[in-house]
Amino acid sequence: MSYIAILLTYVFINNFILVQFMGLCPFIGVSKNNETAIGMGVALTFVTGVSSIACWVVYYGLLMPFNLTYLRTVVFILVIAALVQLVEMIIKKMSPALYKALGIYLPLITTNCIVLGIAIINIDKGYNLLECFASGIAAGLGFTLAIILMSNIREKIDLNPVRKSFQGVPIAFISASLMALAFMAFDKSLLANLHLV
Amino acid sequence: MNIKEFTKGLFKENPTFIIMLGMCPTLGVTTQVVNALGMGAAVIFVLTFSNILISALKKIIPDCVRIPCYIVVIACFVSIVEMVMHAYLPSVFNALGVYLPLVVVNCIILGRAEAFANKNSVGDSALDGLGMGLGFTMSLTLIALIREVIGAGTITLIPIGSFSGTITIPGLSANPVRVMSLAAGALLLMGLLKAFFQYLQNRKEAR
Repeated sequence: MSYIAILLTYVFINNFILVQFMGLCPFIGVSKNNETAIGMGVALTFVTGVSSIACWVVYYGLLMPFNLTYLRTVVFILVIAALVQLVEMIIKKMSPALYKALGIYLPLITTNCIVLGIAIINIDKGYNLLECFASGIAAGLGFTLAIILMSNIREKIDLNPVRKSFQGVPIAFISASLMALAFMAFDKSLLANLHLV
Repeated sequence: MNIKEFTKGLFKENPTFIIMLGMCPTLGVTTQVVNALGMGAAVIFVLTFSNILISALKKIIPDCVRIPCYIVVIACFVSIVEMVMHAYLPSVFNALGVYLPLVVVNCIILGRAEAFANKNSVGDSALDGLGMGLGFTMSLTLIALIREVIGAGTITLIPIGSFSGTITIPGLSANPVRVMSLAAGALLLMGLLKAFFQYLQNRKEAR
């Protein structure tokens, strides 16, 4: 698969939120206003990119040679938790301004399904190192796209009258469902039409 | 031991509809009833045993590194479930796919460890885990039942003996509403169900 095909697949065709339902908790929880949504999206894209590489290296460098592939789940979650902590420390040291903007979102990312999900999907699909990086970045971008769209929709919904039972989370889910309906327009034939497969 | 710890997870503090935790598997695996039951069984097992172990170790685990410790305990039980399911229920294992290892980052399990197991006795924690797991399984089965009946016109269960495992609903199976088995239908159904529960809660408060 070419890198552009991987990017298109994970940003549009298999969008992590609207098609695969990973990372729904922050999607509903952090999408109340636009700025926090962008912050969460950027922080997540950064972590998925770095952690896909780290998990790939650990899997093929450590687990495969020693025949320990059954420990995959335990090792990956530890790698991700350690990495998030490390990223947090590095950002704090290198760029206090960026830390101030992203700091509060970083601890939340450890338990985000997308980070572990994309690491496992990369191994299952047998991607090489660069494809892994591309899919990690694409997963983060797909999340960012969905959460920014969602935060704009929710800012508009706040100004409109909504029935009491539907206020808050229910109307957010129903808006997400309409977005998912729109994303159904992207499917495998998109790649075929662009001659990428 | 207090029986209330068991029953609260079923309705009053139902993890899916009231606390709204662990949404990813709730929508991802509920295209068929059998997958919902498999995911529910996995969560009941992991939640109960991780709650027992964490509450037993609560005096030993230092406070500042407790979250990584909990995650390792949970990940170990998830690996056990993965191996057992791979060996004995390969069809369910394949259907659950990536969602099975993702039980590790399911917020319900870490949430119960942090909010309940590290403060309460082993017996209470076991009951809490069992109740929360059952509540999760019930909600998952409800969502899967609605989605499969409307979206495919069938109910898929485990095949036993001469029973093939699939109940076909006449009329609906010929012309199903396909969108319910896709992503958009899942999100719509979740929104409507949540609105229904919010309505019930509002009515209770008004009284």
